[in-house]
Amino acid sequence: MTGKIHALLNARLLDPATETDTIGGLLIQDGLILDWGKHINAENTPEGATSEDCGGHCLSPGLVDAHAYLCEPGKEHRETMATAGLAAAAGGVTTINAFPATDPVIDDPSLVEMITRRALQTCPVNICITGALTKGMEGTEMAELGLMADAGVVAFSDGQKAIGDINMMRRALSYSTMFEKPIIVHAEEPNLAGNGVMAGGRMATIMGLKSIPSCAEAILVERDIRLVAMTGAKWHAAHLSTADALDSIRRAKDQQISVTAGTAPHYHALNDMEVGEYRTFARVSPPLRVEEDRMAVVEGLKDGTIDVISSQHLPQSADSKRLPFAQAKPGVIGLETMLPVSLRLYHNQEMDLLGLLRTMTVAPAKLLGLDCGALKSGKPADLCLFDLGKPWQVVGSELKSKSKNTAFDGHLLQGRVLKTMVRGKTVFELQGS
Amino acid sequence: MTHTHQTSFAHRHLLDIASLSANDIDLLLNVAEGYVSKSRAGDKKSSLLHGRTQINLFFENSTRTLTSFELAGKRLGADVINMSVGSSSVKKGETLIDTAMTLNAMHPDVLVIRHSDSGAPHLLAQKVDCAVINAGDGSHEHPTQALLDALTIRNRKGKLAGLTVAICGDIQHSRVARSNIALLNIMGARVRIVGPTTLIPSNAKALGVEVYHSMEEGLKDADIVMMLRLQTERMQGAFVPSIREYFHYFGLDKQKLSVAKPDALIMHPGPMNRGVEIDSEIADDLNISAISEQVEMGVAIRMACLDLLTREARS
Repeated sequence: MTGKIHALLNARLLDPATETDTIGGLLIQDGLILDWGKHINAENTPEGATSEDCGGHCLSPGLVDAHAYLCEPGKEHRETMATAGLAAAAGGVTTINAFPATDPVIDDPSLVEMITRRALQTCPVNICITGALTKGMEGTEMAELGLMADAGVVAFSDGQKAIGDINMMRRALSYSTMFEKPIIVHAEEPNLAGNGVMAGGRMATIMGLKSIPSCAEAILVERDIRLVAMTGAKWHAAHLSTADALDSIRRAKDQQISVTAGTAPHYHALNDMEVGEYRTFARVSPPLRVEEDRMAVVEGLKDGTIDVISSQHLPQSADSKRLPFAQAKPGVIGLETMLPVSLRLYHNQEMDLLGLLRTMTVAPAKLLGLDCGALKSGKPADLCLFDLGKPWQVVGSELKSKSKNTAFDGHLLQGRVLKTMVRGKTVFELQGS
Repeated sequence: MTHTHQTSFAHRHLLDIASLSANDIDLLLNVAEGYVSKSRAGDKKSSLLHGRTQINLFFENSTRTLTSFELAGKRLGADVINMSVGSSSVKKGETLIDTAMTLNAMHPDVLVIRHSDSGAPHLLAQKVDCAVINAGDGSHEHPTQALLDALTIRNRKGKLAGLTVAICGDIQHSRVARSNIALLNIMGARVRIVGPTTLIPSNAKALGVEVYHSMEEGLKDADIVMMLRLQTERMQGAFVPSIREYFHYFGLDKQKLSVAKPDALIMHPGPMNRGVEIDSEIADDLNISAISEQVEMGVAIRMACLDLLTREARS
């Protein structure tokens, strides 16, 4: 079966896996990448092929979002796999790692199979699934990690709930080694975090809100590093936000302990000033930190302490945000803005383009054991074409996600996705581009 | 391995396998073999221990081990008293040593003790004048179980040395596993342990075994497959997520067994959790399962222990 060839020409090919940054072209046949590189241009495109000129814009592997909440099943009023897929496509994301905080919680192999099937039917982008680490994500009893791994989950996590019981964590880490899947943790010591709603610091004191000390993150990270060293498990901190925790990760990596770390765009782009005037759309977990911590996150990305940027996409209905700050639900949507917000790091000359793209392509793919996030002949043509410099303003109500709880409403961003392809099929194209 | 034919047992107590030699073990097995035929006869009673007193001091519930020790003592003609925790003065706050001193004052000849704390029989042995037999202490040892397992294997396979034995399941909490590992190593068998990472001690290799986390690898070409009991409280999410997941990966069924030697022997110390660690199809197949035979050997082994530990006092 050899179908028609489609050529993407005159593109700035960006492939972090091979450190490639060059003008060239890419050929697609039967949904797979047939060939790519600087040798492909309008002159040598195979006969009969259709082609399009990319206008010198950036063509990278489709982004892999290692951490998103899709709300289906059970919370479809906030998001579905179909609407999340549209938002992802608009953000250049071609693979979403769906977290298990659904209703019911994904802690059972039959649910994994059901969601996998449903994703194929309704979602325009690829979905992989993270299974719950504990039954019902209650932190007390280990979930069926083995049977879920056999059913196809890529990782285990209790989402935004940290495991407070250290023995539970020890056993779960130990048990997970048999299935070679990472455990993704919400690094926040739960007793210390208590019912705090924002980062400890000057702002919290002035605003009179219960705060979470930054050491809550470092304490849990330190605890788990010791357990990982003992058990040899694969461990990933989902979204680090403090200088102290990043120092711990840095030390652990120096000692060859198998830990990796992630963060989310709002932790490198925003600080606790955002929650001024009690803006509940800036309430996230862990909370936005003080400026020194934000700068440490940028530093962590620059020096490789942080491996992965993920959206931490968590849709919340307007009703659950239009509440006094402490009662509002934490979480922001982020699938559509992950790349443009993160491009700030490039435009501010903090990171080079390949290094930045690595955190959203090949690094998360490696974390989750997925064979994607790179330009490879013979592999599915999951691609993201973006205009590096295009300025635009985020209008929350125009975002594709079913919920509109973005922390970047009104922000001016530079860089926008023009086109997204999954298996060679265009799933998003920017209107008027 | 050949051993000189030994007839005397140079130990006052039987507290663990680790302090026995290959000759000691051979002697125990040889003496026990004699008691197997004795126990199969119509008149099972001897008067070897006539006038001797055996106290079974059980701080943990037990049916089979207690019955086995009681029968062993009675068949040798001893006066046997069973003291179980429910009726003992431990509940009234008496310490183990006080209990030991009290019993010692009654001049027993043998004390058989089971206790939930590792090392309790050793403490008792320091305080009493009679022979002490460990009938299971915490997660430490259960020497008579390992001896009866060895006798069963020797009956079926003719030897212990050179055999590959896979011990499967909850090694971490198992005194049966520790005694068997010690005995099989002393006798020159090759020991593997197989279980989930959460139920294998972290320094398991220090026990002189090969460690596996997959039945398919651990059972490959095994001569003997020993299944261990998984306590219910450990399978509901603490050490293992669920019964069905445990059985899926570590429960013994025909398929997992198929990689072992065709004449592999299946053993289990009992009581079995059918459908948790072992499939009924295997447990009930007399051609491959030695589970009933193990129970029979248990009485003979305990008779041999009582006999050998009282020989000096009787001579």
